[in-house]
Amino acid sequence: MNELMVIINIIGKETVRAIIGLIGVLILVVINALILTWAERKVAGHMQRRIAAKEVGPFGLIQPIADSLKLLGKELLTPVNVDKPLFYLAPVFIFIPVLVSFVVIPFDACLQVKDINVGILVILAFSSLSVFSILIAGWGSNNKYSLIGAVRSVAQNIAYEIPLLLSLLPVIFMVNSLSLKDIVEFQRGGWFVWKWQFFAFLIYFIAAVAETNRTPFDLPEAESELVAGFHTEYSGMRFAIFFLAEYTNIMIVSAVAATFFLGGYLGPVLPGFVWFLIKTYFLVFVILWFRWTFPRVRFDQLLNFSWKILIPVGFVNLIVTGGLLKL
Amino acid sequence: MEGIALGYWKLVLGDYFYRLVIVIWSLVIFQEHVEIMKCVLDIIKGAISLIVGMGVTIKAFFSPVVTVQYPRKVINITPRFRGHTKLVADEEMPDRTKCVVCGMCAKNCPSNSIKKVEGEKKEGEKKKTATEYILNFTTCSQCGICVETCPFGALAFSADYNLAGFKREDFYFDLVKEFEERKTG
Repeated sequence: MNELMVIINIIGKETVRAIIGLIGVLILVVINALILTWAERKVAGHMQRRIAAKEVGPFGLIQPIADSLKLLGKELLTPVNVDKPLFYLAPVFIFIPVLVSFVVIPFDACLQVKDINVGILVILAFSSLSVFSILIAGWGSNNKYSLIGAVRSVAQNIAYEIPLLLSLLPVIFMVNSLSLKDIVEFQRGGWFVWKWQFFAFLIYFIAAVAETNRTPFDLPEAESELVAGFHTEYSGMRFAIFFLAEYTNIMIVSAVAATFFLGGYLGPVLPGFVWFLIKTYFLVFVILWFRWTFPRVRFDQLLNFSWKILIPVGFVNLIVTGGLLKL
Repeated sequence: MEGIALGYWKLVLGDYFYRLVIVIWSLVIFQEHVEIMKCVLDIIKGAISLIVGMGVTIKAFFSPVVTVQYPRKVINITPRFRGHTKLVADEEMPDRTKCVVCGMCAKNCPSNSIKKVEGEKKEGEKKKTATEYILNFTTCSQCGICVETCPFGALAFSADYNLAGFKREDFYFDLVKEFEERKTG
């Protein structure tokens, strides 16, 4: 035990904490993706009144593991005319930001890798990197469907990042801090979603669904028009990493929504991280629910909705909140 | 009086009061406030329709599944189902068919799917007994003319739909053999 303490002292406590935290985050990301692939199939099945995966393991719970093993064993195809460095880098680039975002999310009062005082900025900055990697993937694939998907994705993500910020800003105004932990602690008096910022929550959630490229805003990978959009040319584990990133992004936006508007880890009786996971996965379920309810929007509708409705409403909400705080 | 009313609404609506005031005020000062009101109404209507849609799916989510886990469980086939034709057992002598090998079905078949109807007259019996009845199911369209024209009512549609084969010859059914198999179970 003493030797361990010595080693920890040499490396530095913060470093050890960061390494352990990152390992934990990696495990969480993988488990989350496994659960979500299973959950998506189950939700889809039951919403269409069928059973979905049920053969592998109890309730089909081992199905995602079987799927991922299959993907691991598949050949990594590289089409002839792709831009090779970009084609190989895109899956890596899409995966790094989602890992970093988890570092600042408070799962419990003490369960947080690092409480940075610009926490939300870290998440927003890194999550906008994922657009970049989608663009790289679309460009590097040298495929018209991939490119169209990537272009759509960029237009969409730029349009929806603004309402996303506008909906988070009022909360930051009220708390007067960018640290996610402070924001949660501020909600001991009542969650933002009920008490002050219901509209901000609505705007955030709509923008978040668009940011994660989920239905009804899944134009970048519209199967009926673009085969699979930006990841058309990817196979095997590279494709799996895109999927992993997508599901992790869903969890991140839900986790941020839970932190900002639903009181994060606050809640009676149960331990904090249980509350946090309940809230997060409830929001994830709502996103899945959206997918199996709504048809895809048209591209002009998508952009009009952001620029003409979400952004003005977000600005009004922001101005009103600022005015109220000054009163 | 107005002051009291204002205080009342403040009490009821809380912080939303100010937002409402500002939204209404901004609607009034806009020149095209009618257009904007229309837009707002549109959004509200749209939001309601979205919520209705989500209600439909969540109801489906919690209602029991309607699918059957096929290889383990099968649903009953309705009596009108048209599978391939089968030979019907005689009521008086259940171990033989009603077929007397007259060949009417083969003559009437519009796609010549009934390839062979052979039979022999056993000793002590008045009628012929079918020994071979080949139906080419690959060209049969289940039109039912053979069933209708059979003078003895010896043909009927079976309810068998588990038909799969690797060769064309797998679908040349010998209905007599099939009848024998059915009889012995």
